[in-house]
Amino acid sequence: MTGAGGRPGPRGPAHEIAAAVRRGERTAALVVDEYLEAIAAREEELHAFNVITAERAREAAALLDRRVAAGDDPGPLAGVPVALKDNLCTRGVPTTCSSRILAGWKPPYDATVVERLAAAGAVVVGKTNLDEFAMGSSTEHSATGPTRNPVDTERVPGGSSGGSAAAVAAGFAPIALGSDTGGSIRQPAAFCGVVGVKPTYGRVSRYGLVAFASSLDQIGPFATTVADAALVLEVIAGHDPLDSTSVAEPAPDLLRVLDDGVAGLRVGVVRELLGEGVDAEVVERTRAAAEALDAAGAVVDEVSVPAAAYGLSAYYLIAPAEASSNLARYDGVRYGLRVDAASTAEMNVATRTEGFGDEVKRRIMLGTYALSAGYYDAYYGKAQRVRTLIIRDFDAAYERVDLLLAPTTPTTAFRFGDKTGDPLSMYLSDVCTIPSNLSGHPAMSVPFGFGAGGLPIGVQVLAPALGEAAMFRAAAVLEEAIK
Amino acid sequence: MSATATGWETVVGLEVHCELATATKLFCACPNAFGAEPNTNVCPVCLGLPGSLPVLNERAVELAMRIGQALHCTVKPSIFHRKNYFYPDMPKDYQISQYDEPINVDGYLELPDGTRVGIERAHLEEDTGKTTHVGGGGRIHEATYSLVDYNRAGVPLVEIVAAPDIRSADAARAYVAELRAILVAIGASDARMEEGSLRVDANVSVRRPGEPFGTRCEVKNLNSLRSLGRAIEFEAQRQITLLERGEAVVQQTRHWDESDGRTHTLRSKEEAYDYRYFPEPDLVPVAPPGEWQDQVRALLPPLPADRRAHLAAVTGSTPAGVALVVERGLDGLVLAAVAAGADPERALTHAEHNLSMEGADRLDPAAFARLVAMEVAGELTATQAKAVLVDMVETGDPPDDIARARGFEAMGSDALTAAVDEAIAADPDAWASYCGGNEKAKGALVGRVMKATRGQADGKAVTALLEERRAAAPGPA
Repeated sequence: MTGAGGRPGPRGPAHEIAAAVRRGERTAALVVDEYLEAIAAREEELHAFNVITAERAREAAALLDRRVAAGDDPGPLAGVPVALKDNLCTRGVPTTCSSRILAGWKPPYDATVVERLAAAGAVVVGKTNLDEFAMGSSTEHSATGPTRNPVDTERVPGGSSGGSAAAVAAGFAPIALGSDTGGSIRQPAAFCGVVGVKPTYGRVSRYGLVAFASSLDQIGPFATTVADAALVLEVIAGHDPLDSTSVAEPAPDLLRVLDDGVAGLRVGVVRELLGEGVDAEVVERTRAAAEALDAAGAVVDEVSVPAAAYGLSAYYLIAPAEASSNLARYDGVRYGLRVDAASTAEMNVATRTEGFGDEVKRRIMLGTYALSAGYYDAYYGKAQRVRTLIIRDFDAAYERVDLLLAPTTPTTAFRFGDKTGDPLSMYLSDVCTIPSNLSGHPAMSVPFGFGAGGLPIGVQVLAPALGEAAMFRAAAVLEEAIK
Repeated sequence: MSATATGWETVVGLEVHCELATATKLFCACPNAFGAEPNTNVCPVCLGLPGSLPVLNERAVELAMRIGQALHCTVKPSIFHRKNYFYPDMPKDYQISQYDEPINVDGYLELPDGTRVGIERAHLEEDTGKTTHVGGGGRIHEATYSLVDYNRAGVPLVEIVAAPDIRSADAARAYVAELRAILVAIGASDARMEEGSLRVDANVSVRRPGEPFGTRCEVKNLNSLRSLGRAIEFEAQRQITLLERGEAVVQQTRHWDESDGRTHTLRSKEEAYDYRYFPEPDLVPVAPPGEWQDQVRALLPPLPADRRAHLAAVTGSTPAGVALVVERGLDGLVLAAVAAGADPERALTHAEHNLSMEGADRLDPAAFARLVAMEVAGELTATQAKAVLVDMVETGDPPDDIARARGFEAMGSDALTAAVDEAIAADPDAWASYCGGNEKAKGALVGRVMKATRGQADGKAVTALLEERRAAAPGPA
């Protein structure tokens, strides 16, 4: 970092950038240029973005600099570049969900999180790639092509928020937003070696997040540090009258408690998520994380969340069921792709046949079937009962402990094509993350060392509803322990 | 023709959709207004744009509760479901509606004749947009293209589902008329069938009295009370004809065509949609607290049935007998006039027969009572009283002034007798004919009296005098 002369300093972390811009020590214009240069250097190789909003970013930065010069404080993210998953609505900027069916669609409104980031001084540098409509775990199911993992470009970045994870890992932006329906923030964060947070369901407004599975979707941050993730979550969280499922709570106070440590906190390692199907190196890292928390004064034990084992099955009924309804509106009538045909019904079919990729079609069909007359109780109804059991089991666990610890993913990042031929094996990569979506509880992935081939491994801290503060304290301890 | 006359009983269950009179739509802040330019009252939410979310309009819940309370329903904690089907005028390709946990259940509506129609449920849901088919005579299959107006999309509706308690087209019309009166009275809806703010679907079946219900058909496109009655009668007869020929009624949805007076197949049971209902995850349960329910109930105005019962009790009439007066909203006037001393029966008679004009409800009850008193005291004839009433509504002047200005003064019996005798003398032929038993000839004589007295004579008194004179006259030669 340098004085007010404006010589570019080192990139990131976000809170340092914001502090320098607010003090007038760095200009937002230079910060943005610097990140745009980093993007230009490596975007072709990685394909993290569906669209790079360079011009808008420069204009926004110039405006911020004029405000600072005029004595104004643009806010806690002043001049910080941010990458947005391309399923977050941005006024006048294409929002495609990496689907042909929304190609070219420009929303007439900003998502609540986008408004809140802008109000805090953040500058959007682009919209990131994802598995189409957030359905996938590798970003291979994208109409714009796959994103590569910056750590090893032969491997996937995870998904569905693979573009956002890769963007932060590659230094394209110090922070990014993703959405997490079954692990879509935490799994790619683990694969790319960055911090990723799924807040409590209702913590962050979903207004303007293109819905995949409404009762599971939650927006959250990616960052290179736990503190930056906390900073972003403080900005985007808090009640929004435009989202009926938004909790009537102010944003949590996270930065203030980050250094509070875990002394006396009770932490349970989830037995069911250390078993079969989880690689030994991942188990080893999770146990190491438990030891680190123990060393920092936490009371660590092993606990059981029996119903978590059924999470995956319940999830693959509930999420597709809601998706089948949420995605019905892409019918060619009002916006996006239209493939003309003789009648309206035929036009609907032609548009959806052409517009959706295979994975999306597979889930729409699964979900439609699960909701059909005569099958509803056996599938959707039963899955909802399993969901209730999972919540009950988590509640029981949280009577004994304050936090839970688990792997984020069963393996490190896999190679392209490894799982695309076998949807079920792809689905299994979310086995550790899905239970938190079903319960609505917060969970975050923190990088905790590396496995074979130098591939990042993440561990997951889980907390009860609205328990983000304790969760971040544990995450900060783990981050410190691995330095 | 009446179906029962043929040994068949018609069974009707009505589903009524009414648009709520809220300022804004059910899930967004767009105006809820009829008649705006197409696609001007729209936003991301009611257009179902990706990423948008619904937020429930509290006022709509209040009006829905009011409807439930007015229909004697139990107001319950409820949730919304998604009803999934593809249709271009439905922006999300699902409708947010209430399914197995509606806000109002188990009520009834009492018709003016005292019979009750059960209300199974009255639930909240959003309206769809409106499609116009251009070319091909406006029919969807022959249209060159279609236009959709989403102004109506998201307008709050309450669907009121009646039990199959109705047994005739007349009763169905009476039910809808009464329901409309209730909805207007409680301010829940303007309930205009012509503008579509009240829409009625009829489930019609027939059976031999005492037998189980027959297979029903749902009839749609009923845009007036007249259509409703005609459609039910046609449909019942169609089913009777089928059954009498030994054929079966097929469960289906049928479309009423006003121009040919027939119902036509729209879709059969096999073509019915599988709506794949599931709880709407974007909304939270609606559980109106008891306090709120009490507040809403306290603000509920008297309902037509209560008003009829009260007016009937005060005037010594029957609920059916005072129905028209209550429908005109004149019960308040009659009650106030009676309270001011007016004769209840006379006041009611005037309200029913002489006060159908605009502004009658603004009549001053004390002045109205005075008019009735003048009439009862014989200071005005019935005919004069009516004329004075008309002037009172028009000018607001007191009845005494009007009567004086018009020269209406009760005629003494001497003057009347003289006028009658003059008439007899002036028209001996008519008198002879009348005395010969020709009652029609009386009219000419009464006319003469009226003309001579410039209408001030009481017709009944004139007739009585003429009869008296005839009885006293010598028999026919």
